[in-house]
Amino acid sequence: MKILVDEQLGLPIIRNEKAPQTAWKLREKLLLGLSPSDYRRALINNPVNWFLALVLLVGLPLLAQRYLFGLQAITHGSQDYPWGIILGFGLFGMVPLSASGFLLSTAVEIFDRKDFQPIERLALLNGLLGYFFAVVFLLVDLGMPWRLAYPMFVSFGPAAVLFLVAWHVATYLSVQIAEMLPSFSEWADTPAIKKFIKKIALGLTIAGIILSTLHQGALGALFCYAPAKIHPLWISPEFQWIHFFCSSIFAGLCMVIVVSSLIRRFMTWRCDRNFLDNLDEITIGLARGASYGLITYFIIKIVAIAHDQEWLYLVSGWGLYYLLEIVLAVLLPLFLFSYGVRHRIMGFLRWGSVIAVLGIVWNRLNTVLITYNWQHQQEIPHWKEVWVVITLLSIYFITYRFILYRLPVVFTWKQE
Amino acid sequence: MKLRVNRRTFLGSMVSAAASLFVGQTAENASAHDFTGYESSKGVLVDLSRCVGCRSCEAACNKEQGLPEPEIGFDDLSIFKQTGPDGKRRPDDKAYTVVNAYDPPLLDHPLFRKIQCNHCLEPACLTACFVNAYTKTPEGAVVYNADVCVGCRTCMIACPFSIPAFRYSSAFHPRIMKCIFCYDSRLSKNLPPACVEACPMEALTFGDRKTLLRIARNRLREHPGRYVQHIYGEFEAGGTSWLYLSPVPFADAGFDMHVPNQPIINYVKDFLAVVPMVLTIWPGLFAGFYLLSRRSGKAAIQPPQPEDSSDENTGR
Ligand code: SF4
Ligand code: SF4
Repeated sequence: MKILVDEQLGLPIIRNEKAPQTAWKLREKLLLGLSPSDYRRALINNPVNWFLALVLLVGLPLLAQRYLFGLQAITHGSQDYPWGIILGFGLFGMVPLSASGFLLSTAVEIFDRKDFQPIERLALLNGLLGYFFAVVFLLVDLGMPWRLAYPMFVSFGPAAVLFLVAWHVATYLSVQIAEMLPSFSEWADTPAIKKFIKKIALGLTIAGIILSTLHQGALGALFCYAPAKIHPLWISPEFQWIHFFCSSIFAGLCMVIVVSSLIRRFMTWRCDRNFLDNLDEITIGLARGASYGLITYFIIKIVAIAHDQEWLYLVSGWGLYYLLEIVLAVLLPLFLFSYGVRHRIMGFLRWGSVIAVLGIVWNRLNTVLITYNWQHQQEIPHWKEVWVVITLLSIYFITYRFILYRLPVVFTWKQE
Repeated sequence: MKLRVNRRTFLGSMVSAAASLFVGQTAENASAHDFTGYESSKGVLVDLSRCVGCRSCEAACNKEQGLPEPEIGFDDLSIFKQTGPDGKRRPDDKAYTVVNAYDPPLLDHPLFRKIQCNHCLEPACLTACFVNAYTKTPEGAVVYNADVCVGCRTCMIACPFSIPAFRYSSAFHPRIMKCIFCYDSRLSKNLPPACVEACPMEALTFGDRKTLLRIARNRLREHPGRYVQHIYGEFEAGGTSWLYLSPVPFADAGFDMHVPNQPIINYVKDFLAVVPMVLTIWPGLFAGFYLLSRRSGKAAIQPPQPEDSSDENTGR
């Protein structure tokens, strides 16, 4: 696969010093130091962009259809499956994968693990974008997206779990924006912002921990509203919030491993030595953390079955499916991590992370969609709904890449 | 070690004092749901053994609530053969109530059952809604306010009877559609809902829920052979305003027997109780960790030294 810009074409911008007699800002900061025509050429030469264009070409009209003719136009509009794949993937899948921000800022800011510092900003960015796009997915799925802020300002149902989720996600999104501001301020050359954020960094981090614990858990607790509709193996009212919270820990860590590996492979030119040289050690550290998360998760899954006396369900068809999920999505990455960490096999750690990331999404889809209404007929999402999900994911990817190319996330901004 | 613990607890209690502002509110909200229904709650007793499947109630509901004309007319009994995605029809955005036919093994004729919102005493839809779009009125109706609804559809997830339906077909005026016990036009004036009035067989009886329970028990006692000894809705989902008597086991008449006997909100209380704990304990705990990891002089871990990012590694 090709990268967007060949090294010899332009200079990656890593400092605020301005070369004499050149136009600043646009060319340097947005076009990566390329002239507009070179930039366009680089865009066109990249096959990934062609793929993205194809997805958007079909996807954007589908989105327009949704906003003009209602959800029915792109989904089955099922009364029995109120939450489809848009929410199942976009909210319930994206949010645990975005736990990275609070995990890494806790490690660095609270536990003083400076060895994780080179990846802290990437983890924060991953968190911020994940949450932001979870809200975007929500805006597509909500019946009245224009009322998104109602639970904050207009009408309150404070005892509802979703009320907590709404408030916490909104607050946490602002916390994450604040945490990303230092990179932005370096790029935009406004050092005052960075200084201010540094002062409140500890407060932001602790707020992040509280809000994350609560809303990751709350997303699980949402399913406690349907104790009789979801298959008992996937719902355990007492433990659901812990299951969701605990799985978000390894999900977030694994997502960082996946993203950083991809960056190292396909965006090497943008990384600096600090990032590249430390990445292996960091990956091992993250994988170690993730395996603690996985083993805890595995144990509390078993505890939940024991507590709810659900052993018999395990020998049914659904039970086998459940065991399949546990083996593939929990035990397999756990094995890959423990073996990979001990013998320093980076491939095991990377692939283990990919599996764990997919496994979490699978688990969330199982809860929202597949085992929901398990005694009744299955809902198979409309192709348009699936395409919309892929479209939003592509926009997520484009935004992610756009920011990584420009802001000092995987490289250090040179100080004057 | 002792010193550390002390410092942590001290910090913890300081911060928790501050956080308790928040928490008082949360705890109050959680306990606000120990609510077991209004004294004067009205209800309807549905006696399946009397229903003949004429669908008069469906027609009356359609008219009263100004719902769209159905594709298949109300006198067309072929509708009973029609199957939805789940085999049977269910209330949806075009019908607040439907009558379905079942073939229970114990009977040589079909059994009909009317389905609509059961107007729970502690409605799951209400407790799940994050903008408080639902209200349980003192008369017992669970009504919905489309002006604040955001369309998240959690109420549809939460309702143990799968009653609320969403108008997916509208981009600009979507809303939840569900039986409101004819609250605006009738119940608030102490009139029975349109379906009850329309029933020619007196299969539906309107009255105080308490009275209805007494009537139901009387029927069970006087005709033990005619009914199974169960009043569906007395305890289901914490009790519902609509109650059912059936000549065959309720499962054979399409009732969901997995509906728990406690209100759905009880399943969520465990989590709601965790919220104040996290809010109080976490800040102190992590502030403590912060102090500990700064003071213990961890010289062993060498921070990686990137060339110029001098201010990145100064620590705080
Ligand atoms: S039956 Fe469903 S919609 Fe009706 S009050 Fe109960 S929970 Fe709400
Ligand atoms: S769909 Fe509307 S009524 Fe139902 S829970 Fe969401 S906001 Fe409340």
